[in-house]
Amino acid sequence: MTRTAPLEVRSLTKRFPIGNAFHRAHVHAVDDVSFDLPSGRITALVGESGSGKSTVARMLARLYEPSAGAVLFEGSDVSGVRRRKHVLHYRSQVQMIFQDPFGSLNPVKTVRHHVERPLRIHRVVPRAQIEERVHELLRTVGLVPPEDVAAKYPHELSGGQRQRVAIARALAVEPKVVLADEPISMLDVSIRIGILNLMLKLKEERGIAFLYVTHDLAGARYVADDILVMYAGQIVECGPIEQVLSDPLHPYTRLLLAAVPDPARKLHAQRIESRKGHASVAVDPSAGCRFVARCPLAIDICSRVTPRLVEERPPQAARCHVTAPAPERAAVPAH
Amino acid sequence: MTNLVQHDETTATSRSDAAALLQVRRLVVEYGVGAKLARAVDGVDLAIRRGEIIGLAGESGCGKTTIANAVMQILRPPARIAGGRILFEGEDLLGKSTEELRRFRWRNVSMVLQSAMNALNPVMRVGDQFVDAMRAHQRIDRRRTVARTGELLELVGIDRRRARAYPHELSGGMRQRVIIALALALDPQLIIMDEPTTALDVVVQREILQQIQDLQQELGFAVLFITHDLSLLLEFADRIAIMYAGEIVETGPAERLGVNPQHPYTQGLLNSFPPLSGPLTRLTGIPGSPPDLRNPPSGCRFNPRCPHCLPDEPILYLRQTTERPLLRVVESGHEVACHLVAGAPE
Repeated sequence: MTRTAPLEVRSLTKRFPIGNAFHRAHVHAVDDVSFDLPSGRITALVGESGSGKSTVARMLARLYEPSAGAVLFEGSDVSGVRRRKHVLHYRSQVQMIFQDPFGSLNPVKTVRHHVERPLRIHRVVPRAQIEERVHELLRTVGLVPPEDVAAKYPHELSGGQRQRVAIARALAVEPKVVLADEPISMLDVSIRIGILNLMLKLKEERGIAFLYVTHDLAGARYVADDILVMYAGQIVECGPIEQVLSDPLHPYTRLLLAAVPDPARKLHAQRIESRKGHASVAVDPSAGCRFVARCPLAIDICSRVTPRLVEERPPQAARCHVTAPAPERAAVPAH
Repeated sequence: MTNLVQHDETTATSRSDAAALLQVRRLVVEYGVGAKLARAVDGVDLAIRRGEIIGLAGESGCGKTTIANAVMQILRPPARIAGGRILFEGEDLLGKSTEELRRFRWRNVSMVLQSAMNALNPVMRVGDQFVDAMRAHQRIDRRRTVARTGELLELVGIDRRRARAYPHELSGGMRQRVIIALALALDPQLIIMDEPTTALDVVVQREILQQIQDLQQELGFAVLFITHDLSLLLEFADRIAIMYAGEIVETGPAERLGVNPQHPYTQGLLNSFPPLSGPLTRLTGIPGSPPDLRNPPSGCRFNPRCPHCLPDEPILYLRQTTERPLLRVVESGHEVACHLVAGAPE
């Protein structure tokens, strides 16, 4: 099953220094993360806050420089590229949509300004066609009539409409990859689905490769084809989303699934164990599984040896000693 | 804009049992004046019984938090209560003196807010904040407050030694637990929780909800739980009230509302949450966005977004766009304000 993947991520690592001159330490925000973003597919990156998911998106957008590892765009490494021409080219192919539609638009500029700026900077169309292209983009994201919307200022739009402007702006340069960092979490419940449906439409019509960063598993299941589950800077489970969510391997994925509100059951029907120990931020972690303190399945080896990401049920992979295919513990009951 | 249609005095909420702990009747809260006048809450009836968890759901700006603030009597200008009554154990809170309200707050009703990070004083040890709160509302000596602080922290699963910690030394989830413990300090009969878990991760959110439910069963207080997340309420609340543009449009037992929502807005909201299991279908959400409360649509406020409000049926359409629907009982405990829904026979 080979598919063209415009963006490939290989062993991406990011460490942030903390402490002072006497006490140096590093937060391992992202540790050895590898995945592909294939065309025409939406890949969900889920995890709790502090798990490193936004850091991954920001490294892909070249807002952060990786500490190690490579980001391959159409086969060539872009992580060290500094020349303006090359950076511009990369940015015209890989676009980002941010969480906050209130902060990502300039309040004193009209919608037209926001959408036509990338058209001018990247010289996407001849100057005479800019106006026409702006309207076309606004129509694509469902902002009609485009002539009226183009003349408006951000404060005249609702949150959902602003997020659509941000998407139109990202689409202006005809990107191959779109990185969406929690694009709906600040929007009202009733308009979230509209943005997700727009992503589905763009995926199908334009074959864009999406990275959808979120903490919302149900929303991820709705739009995404594949899922990456992050915990404390590492990918702990990945694979086709339906397969992963219907039959998760890693205990952390199971915990996440049990924690999501599901109207089909009552709260006391499925209780989760309270948190033991601390999670998320890994400061100079020692060897061993990072989930061990909270894991109901932990065995001796877990606190000594860091598990590797193994394709236990190809292509579904998990980073867990217990569920790894050792025949004698092949069947681990779900809690 | 104005209240063209008089409320029908026989709606069920106004008849509801006098045993209710808190009764909000025909509450109207306004912001601003003249052309900028906005009715954030417009004629809301709500009754909370002892020991029940009632959920209030709706989109941002629909008036949920304004109701909470009105009950606590902490509305500040330009907001003002323009009509209605708020009865706590039968006594009207409107018109109470500042001193009476000071004694009422925290001891009878306490509040847990969304941003626990901002609710705690960052330069004061957690324990001292408990002592302060207790001594401000109760005659109690210092030594007993320290003992009580330890008890309260243990109640929410935090080691009593953490009373010496500063807020920044605690995680977000722990700070939210501290706030809940603080709200329990004077054994209130009602706790208002305004989006208490929204800023937290799903796993922490679940832990806190379980804790609230355990404490509620142990101590028997009532909870008014305000959130935009209807899927969470369906699991957690006993009864749910759905708000839209300053009005309650549907109220009923959580298990009924989840399977048999009657109001098109409730149906739309439920259709906005993709399922975590089972077959996936393309969802539609609700088209459009909530109205500007300075100039709400006439008739049913949901009519511009309602899929059932079409000019093809002129008589119904006229009613929908000019006449404000009232809450009507469709079956015991389940009320809906919609022209499409026929009420149960009186």
